[in-house]
Amino acid sequence: MTATLGRAVAPSPAPPARRGRGARGRRRWTVLAFLAPALIGFTIFFAYPLIATVYYSFTRYDLVNAPEWIGFDNYVRMFTTEPLVGTAAWNTLWLVVVLTVTRVLFSLGVASVIARLKRGVGLIRTLCYLPALAPPAAATLAFVFLFNPEFGPVNRFLRLLGIDGGLWFNDPAMSKPALTLLVLWGSGELMIIILAALLDVPQEQYEAAELDGAGPLRRFWHVTLPTISPVLLFGVVNSIIFALQFFTQAVVASAVASGSSDVAGNTKYIGAPQNSTLTYPVWLYVQGFRYFNMGYAAAMAVLLFVVSFAFTWILVRQLRKASAVEGGA
Amino acid sequence: MVAVTERPRAVKPVERRKQSWDRRLQWVATHAIGLALGIGFTLPVVFVLLTAVMASDQAMTASLWPAEWHFGNFVKVFEQAPLLDYLVNSLTYSLLATLGILLSAIPAAYALAKLRWRGQNLFFMLTVAAMMLPPQVVVVPLYDLWVRLGFTGSLVPLIVPYFLFDAFSVFLLRQFFLTIPRDYLEAAKIDGCSEFTAMVKVLVPMAKPGIAATAMFCFLYTWNDYFGPLLYTGENRDGWPLSLALASFRGMHHVEWNLTMAATALVMAPVIVLFAFAQKSFVRGITFTGVKG
Repeated sequence: MTATLGRAVAPSPAPPARRGRGARGRRRWTVLAFLAPALIGFTIFFAYPLIATVYYSFTRYDLVNAPEWIGFDNYVRMFTTEPLVGTAAWNTLWLVVVLTVTRVLFSLGVASVIARLKRGVGLIRTLCYLPALAPPAAATLAFVFLFNPEFGPVNRFLRLLGIDGGLWFNDPAMSKPALTLLVLWGSGELMIIILAALLDVPQEQYEAAELDGAGPLRRFWHVTLPTISPVLLFGVVNSIIFALQFFTQAVVASAVASGSSDVAGNTKYIGAPQNSTLTYPVWLYVQGFRYFNMGYAAAMAVLLFVVSFAFTWILVRQLRKASAVEGGA
Repeated sequence: MVAVTERPRAVKPVERRKQSWDRRLQWVATHAIGLALGIGFTLPVVFVLLTAVMASDQAMTASLWPAEWHFGNFVKVFEQAPLLDYLVNSLTYSLLATLGILLSAIPAAYALAKLRWRGQNLFFMLTVAAMMLPPQVVVVPLYDLWVRLGFTGSLVPLIVPYFLFDAFSVFLLRQFFLTIPRDYLEAAKIDGCSEFTAMVKVLVPMAKPGIAATAMFCFLYTWNDYFGPLLYTGENRDGWPLSLALASFRGMHHVEWNLTMAATALVMAPVIVLFAFAQKSFVRGITFTGVKG
């Protein structure tokens, strides 16, 4: 689901000064009653597993035998002897960079066009947004078909233009770009967010800039961009987190494109072609839940946590700064 | 047709005509690009639908338009795979999870938005952090937990958490609840309502659009979920939801591309229908998550 940023709750005014003990006690119980499920859920499904993951990362654990403490062995193995984790990390890094940049720029581009439309805005906005709702597994299946090297519509269209279409999901060099196109097709949510921000830019500022003789490019650079920069930063954070957990599309595309007979139980085709779609979360999944190296998977999870936390931390601080400069908050 | 913009009187007629032509050209150009974008985004689905009604041998050729229209393909899909069972699993997962967040997230969001207590800021920050956490980070101990409890192979590990806590829903509902003036709740409490009655009788009816949006996002997320079901029901085919079954569909019975695309269209359809009915709250919910944070 969308990862989102929020500002902290505004400091609350002190509760009414004079109040009986009983009332305050009752109040505490009321708050607790409202929060009880959430607190239990948070503890069981986030706090506990987060701590337990760190513990498991120092063990050898196969789910059957008791966890065996092995110190830093999993981490050492990750950074030295195990080759595929490097491939997986590289693929994820590729996605973090390329997906984030293209997704934000593409969404900004489409939103800018929609923002300038006078007629048919509703229809075109809907058409651009709808793919974002398509289930990732179904969308991936559709794209594997569309990009089929022999009979896919994409290569057929390219042939009309005299271009020799590639092998796409069957070519290690083209598989990640093809996945990127699939993601761009479904980036309607970010488009809508950016569109809302674009429409919020005060019209007077444009008129003032126009009177000062600023052309469209200068207006975009000096008026639009500074105003919507917090939203663009949100898009960057959101896209990085999305890229760091990229899983479904990679698994389905590799399996279906290579003609696998079964996605769920089969590791043979995961990462196909030639491990080019083996992302970090996919390899974590295979290590933990196919090979049952739970300790090793936990060590991978700890690294994933550190990296995603660092990214979000840096960007959230930037976002705060940006919105403070803008004077909004 | 053309949007005529009022210009200041002082502009000379020639220049005015030139500007008006510039504007017209711009109007045509942006609308052409907009239209092209709309078509471009729609084309993949159009090709899926066209292929879905082709004969199986035509689906393996480069032709785009069905020579004969085999609408029976949509029925055949149900014969090839126990799609109805998968549909029931998907609905069980999505509907129960949605019910779960309505029961658990509304009070939590109410406490975050409308009550004052120590640790409120901290809990809100933790909720935001939980929302940003890749699910893979916490998956090893959770899987271990569900294995010990004996619930792997079923949808239970996917559904139960929603009845306690879902970070995204709590966050989104809090954002909606903040927009509802506290005065209404205060008035209800002066009239003798308890905090709980005020929430149920005053806040919930007023926040209906927000609650509807949250419920739809939850339905959508669980309907689309692939990682969770793969993890917990992977070995047990009978427990598969549609998302998982679809990915294995092509291989399962060596089905042809036309049937695969028919199945793909069938899995996409409910989501699009849902959107058609609730477009406004969707868009509101989306802008709420990104902008009004």
